[in-house]
Amino acid sequence: MFDTDELVINMGPQHPSTHGVLRVILRLDGEKVVDCDVVIGYLHRGIEKLSENRNWTQIILLTDRMDYVAAATSNVGYCETVEKLLQLEVPRRARYVRTILMELQRIASHCLWVGTHAMDIGAMTVFLYAFRERELILDLFEEFCGARLTYNSMRVGGLPLDIPPGWDKKVLEFCDIMDSKIDEYETLLTHNRIWLERTKGIGVISGAEAIGLGLCGPALRGSGVARDVRKDEPYAAYDEMEFDIPVGTEGDTYDRYLVRMEEFRQSLRIVRQAAKGIPEGPIVGKVPRLIKPLAGETYHAIESPKGELGYFIVSDGKSTNPYRFRVRPPSFANLQGLRRLVRGHLVADVVALIGSIDIVLGEVDR
Amino acid sequence: MIDSFVIPLLKILIVLNTTLVAVTYMVLLERKVIAWAQSRLGPMRVGPYGILQPVADAVKLMIKEDITPVRADKWVFTAAPIISMVPALIVYAVIPFGPEVSLFGRKVSLYITDINVGLLYIVSVASVGVYGIILAGYASNSKYPLLASLRASAQLISYEVAVTLTLVSVILMAGTLSMVGIVRAQEAGHMWFAFVQPAAFVIFFIGGLAETNRAPFDLPEAEQELTGGFHTEYSGMRFALFFLAEYANMIVVSSVATTLFLGGWLRPFPNVAALSFLDLIPGWMWFLVKSFAFLYIFIWVRATLPRYRYDQLMRLGWKVLIPAAIANLVVTGIVRVLLLR
Repeated sequence: MFDTDELVINMGPQHPSTHGVLRVILRLDGEKVVDCDVVIGYLHRGIEKLSENRNWTQIILLTDRMDYVAAATSNVGYCETVEKLLQLEVPRRARYVRTILMELQRIASHCLWVGTHAMDIGAMTVFLYAFRERELILDLFEEFCGARLTYNSMRVGGLPLDIPPGWDKKVLEFCDIMDSKIDEYETLLTHNRIWLERTKGIGVISGAEAIGLGLCGPALRGSGVARDVRKDEPYAAYDEMEFDIPVGTEGDTYDRYLVRMEEFRQSLRIVRQAAKGIPEGPIVGKVPRLIKPLAGETYHAIESPKGELGYFIVSDGKSTNPYRFRVRPPSFANLQGLRRLVRGHLVADVVALIGSIDIVLGEVDR
Repeated sequence: MIDSFVIPLLKILIVLNTTLVAVTYMVLLERKVIAWAQSRLGPMRVGPYGILQPVADAVKLMIKEDITPVRADKWVFTAAPIISMVPALIVYAVIPFGPEVSLFGRKVSLYITDINVGLLYIVSVASVGVYGIILAGYASNSKYPLLASLRASAQLISYEVAVTLTLVSVILMAGTLSMVGIVRAQEAGHMWFAFVQPAAFVIFFIGGLAETNRAPFDLPEAEQELTGGFHTEYSGMRFALFFLAEYANMIVVSSVATTLFLGGWLRPFPNVAALSFLDLIPGWMWFLVKSFAFLYIFIWVRATLPRYRYDQLMRLGWKVLIPAAIANLVVTGIVRVLLLR
């Protein structure tokens, strides 16, 4: 007499909580998610194919458009890959500035994450607080390279221009401001009972399973796996920096939240060390006028705010553009975990989980 | 003739209009207070400090296209906003804004009517309002509103019980259902009921948040999950009616809380003679101040707290609030009986 039907509901691509143009098709039993299907591709611009027809310098600009909330990180990742292909030595000063930029970018990206994640769960004030501080970082970037979102802030072999006078002082001032602001976010969320109830035990995933799904970055570290490219395969100036890798224990949404909150502090620690120790010297290495790597292929990964961002580039040694350009975006890998994570949870948890894996659709679709 | 017809009609006119203006300005107040909490300015463009924003909003909503989805149940779809709005307004009939005052040599009471089952009337009328939300979600014939209306019905059942039980404790204290009578009882007892019934006060406030669909219990709306919930398919003035109803309900809950727990129009510490200079401020002002304090807390809570999940809200309602309300009621009853003996 009473038969129950599963309700198929379409979340996105226009939905306030899918962080861009993600589409999730949910099969619901009441409000419980039985299964879900993630549909991507709404932001596909063919960046990888486009890159095959651009010269090596022009591609930097395309990498901006992948993870647009952490453009500097994508820039550095690409430039380092080409440098590896060219076997080019980057001056120490450039590596230090790169480290500062990438860590500032991590803080900016995490600001956006904590804001939207909290907003998805209903705490809207954190969003505006986090954006207030993100604005300060954007100001620093504007002073460095003139842009606020898509920076095009790197060149193969070093930096496009030296840091403005007094910029490192401003970076240190920002660090002092940011310290107390992180405590402010934590006051609003970390011990909030509703926040705990909404995030604890939601989307639990074990370390082994997370590795199996290819999760990376904070989503993996939340499950207790201390994998961080900055420590495991140091690049830029990370081998000279002191920092810890926060890991979670339970592997739930709350642990992923705690990991990212601690990363805020560790990033500030790195920025402080790097900004105090910027060495003198040139900002660009010995880059040939026409970049034309020898035939060969290379893979290089860096730790973007979302996880392991890898570039695989093949050069045929003849043309001034790559033969094949392939990106391994962390958001794409993390998004694969969504289906596993949401099963058995409620609709309200779906938005919490999308926030908890911190995806940027520009990077997923490329 | 004047006493039985003209004055009540005038009072209704004044209360209705004041309420509607108050409701539109409640929206502005909320936007301003939340903006201050979030280190923003809020509306600043329309008029000085944005004080004409409600007018602009009203004009915008009225000239917007009024869409009825093709697959919607037309009659119910039209009726739902009205069912939501009307109960929110007619509740004001029994709310005592102040004691009797003399105006132009005539004794005028600052409430429309004082029926002897005032509290019962409020509870029954206020619960009709939720049908508006349930019907809106059903009539939209769309999936997100449907989920929202299911949530609304679940929420209604969980919270109405707890709230009503706290009201029963108050009735036990006052010995009357009349709203004016309850204020008089607090005057006679020299004590606001918030001090004798703290548990009931807290439960009523939490239940009030849930009943008015306010954060952290705004599940039927849940913008981030259900994209606006029950009013997803509504536009223009019909959407505005839901919006106004929500704010009107907020004012109702604040007014009822003020009357039941904070002594209505009474000044603070009505028994302390040393504070009698406070009597210079008329009763209706005290009522307004107390109600606004409540409304401010409503907004403050929204700016601060994340949202509960559907099942957690049910758990809070059934496993915490209702047992607590029953325990409070039993204790109140026993104490009353022992004291009366």
